[in-house]
Amino acid sequence: MSEDIKVTDGLRESATFDRTTMNEIRRAADTGIYDIRGFGAKRKLPHFDDLLFLGASMSRYPLEGYREKCNTSVTLGTRYAKKPIVLDIPVTIAGMSFGALSANAKEALGRGASIMGTSTTTGDGGMTPEERGQSTKLVYQYLPSRYGMNPDDLRKADAIEVVLGQGAKPGGGGMLLGQKITDRVAKMRTLPMGVDQRSACRHPDWTGPDDLAIKIQELREITDWQVPIYIKVGATRTYYDVKLAVKAGADVIVVDGMQGGTAATQDVFIEHVGIPTLAAIPQAVQALQEMGMHRKVQLIVSGGIRNGADVAKCMALGADAVAIGTAALVALGCNHPKYDEEFKKIGSAAGFYDDYHEGKDPAGISTQDPELSKRLDPVVAGRKLANYLNVLTLEAQTLARACGKNDLRNLEPEDLVALTVESAAMARVPLAGTNWVPGQKF
Amino acid sequence: MKTINLERQTVRELNQALHDQAIECTEREWEVLDPKGQHNIACGLDQNISVDIKGHAGYYCAGMNKKAHITVHGNVGQGVAENMMSGMVRVKGDASQAAGATAHGGLLVIEGNAGARCGISMKGADIVVKGDIGHMSCFMGQAGALVVCGNAGDALGDSLYETHIYVKGTVKSLGADCIAKEMRDEHIDELTALLNRAGVDEDPSAFTRYGSARQLYNFKVDNASAY
Ligand SMILES: Cc1cc2nc3c(=O)[nH]c(=O)nc-3n(C[C@H](O)[C@H](O)[C@H](O)COP(=O)(O)O)c2cc1C
Repeated sequence: MSEDIKVTDGLRESATFDRTTMNEIRRAADTGIYDIRGFGAKRKLPHFDDLLFLGASMSRYPLEGYREKCNTSVTLGTRYAKKPIVLDIPVTIAGMSFGALSANAKEALGRGASIMGTSTTTGDGGMTPEERGQSTKLVYQYLPSRYGMNPDDLRKADAIEVVLGQGAKPGGGGMLLGQKITDRVAKMRTLPMGVDQRSACRHPDWTGPDDLAIKIQELREITDWQVPIYIKVGATRTYYDVKLAVKAGADVIVVDGMQGGTAATQDVFIEHVGIPTLAAIPQAVQALQEMGMHRKVQLIVSGGIRNGADVAKCMALGADAVAIGTAALVALGCNHPKYDEEFKKIGSAAGFYDDYHEGKDPAGISTQDPELSKRLDPVVAGRKLANYLNVLTLEAQTLARACGKNDLRNLEPEDLVALTVESAAMARVPLAGTNWVPGQKF
Repeated sequence: MKTINLERQTVRELNQALHDQAIECTEREWEVLDPKGQHNIACGLDQNISVDIKGHAGYYCAGMNKKAHITVHGNVGQGVAENMMSGMVRVKGDASQAAGATAHGGLLVIEGNAGARCGISMKGADIVVKGDIGHMSCFMGQAGALVVCGNAGDALGDSLYETHIYVKGTVKSLGADCIAKEMRDEHIDELTALLNRAGVDEDPSAFTRYGSARQLYNFKVDNASAY
């Protein structure tokens, strides 16, 4: 072999056994326990980047960028609630528990959402005074664990979200490992300090959709039919789940795709269960349309939403609003490069950190450590979140106006094309430059 | 005493009238006639009132109760007194599944039998059952006490946290991490007080105590950093 050819230059990494895979085998061999982590699915999936908008041209009339109105507000819970929720923007903050997140992070989420006139959501572990205090519109999650669940908080909520599942782990319960069960978290959940807390995956007092209908009636009775009741499902058999949720009496349905973030779940669960957000939306919309309930029962979509284009594409496919988790945390400062050195000390790096369950987050967000938590100023972080929500809204409006729409909810599948056959089939829009929707007749 | 007949008025009207008592209490004693197994009767109460339900009630009767004393003169469906916070609920007949599920406080007395998952995920309430209880009872029980004067079904106290369980009769099987424990004086005292509060005449020393072996509290301490 000639001198200028180095053997190492030609080393070929196996696509099947890449470095991450091999490392996981070694980790498993060392520890004998599956990997638990936070964040959402990291594998590449058909996603909103695979869709494009068809802007206006000869056959469509665009709206003037800054002068012509493009409505962003949306009302949720018009089916039964006496007091539906009016959001100024169609981007809400998804449920993330106090316990998984610090009290300062929860407060910051409330502040940011309130500045923008949108809602935030509690999580497994109950409602904290900080987040109720700082959230003008707060959705109270009703989860299988019922940690911290009490009727006073239920009555303080602006909406109730019955959680059946999450996109990151449809069919799985929550986890909060001992490191994060501090005195305050333990008290709120009535658990001994330092235990590894496993939330149940099934609700304790109802089993099927018929029972759920009665459960929803109970929640309505207790709150005197004032507030909307949402049902949140992880995206799997979305078409059927949505139909059953409507039958059970939901005002709003939240569908969380498999990219959706989590605070702590087995990696194998995050990466291998559920369907992509993109595939779930048309199923949900079809179910609603067949029941004559599209727009009457509102649809919120979450799982991997990062920018205004994602928001606009969700809405074009038929969602009434979206929810964000991971992106909101990043806006607060999660995974920020300024902490790179500290991330390295705990075996990670800025941009890769997903060990939320360990409670050592240098950015002070997914932690209960008082010293780390102090690093997050809830006022400053709340402002950042508001800025980010503002950008999402402006971007979505830009795209809607380009498509000639004076309301984000007027976006429609007809405004979209797909870049790949997979995304065309899942989103049920034509492959770009063709009128071919895989699986549908011409 | 105020009487509401559910043949003539709806459960919604009943519940609204009872909820209004939390704002201004105009009547301390309530009687509900002809419940006919309807669901969600007297749920979400928040006042020191007494409610006597004369007949059978359906699901979630007395759900999330606070302060009120509710007596059902009949049987109840799933989830009686679920997530109760305080007060007292007494069922003269039998209770279906998930009686007292996730209840945080107060006392639930079932004079007949209770079905599966009695006291599931209970978080501080006390439950006294005069008869038997079904399988998976007290699953993930976190706090409070469950007293069973009859027998318990399969998998009692599976994945138990800190609920104290006392059973007089037989236990078909114990769930994961649930074990029989020594009855010390403090437990006899606790049980005696519970039986008294429930108005049940039983000899505390005839009961066996069950509790958590606390082996599932942490996955595997050696590997904590790898989870
Ligand atoms: C740190 C964290 C904690 C979460 N906690 C909860 C929870 O308590 N209940 C719940 O329903 N979903 C929870 N989720 C999921 C979010 O509600 C939401 O479904 C998901 O984050 C949306 O996907 P995205 O992160 O890609 O935006 C959590 C997510 C994260 C990142």
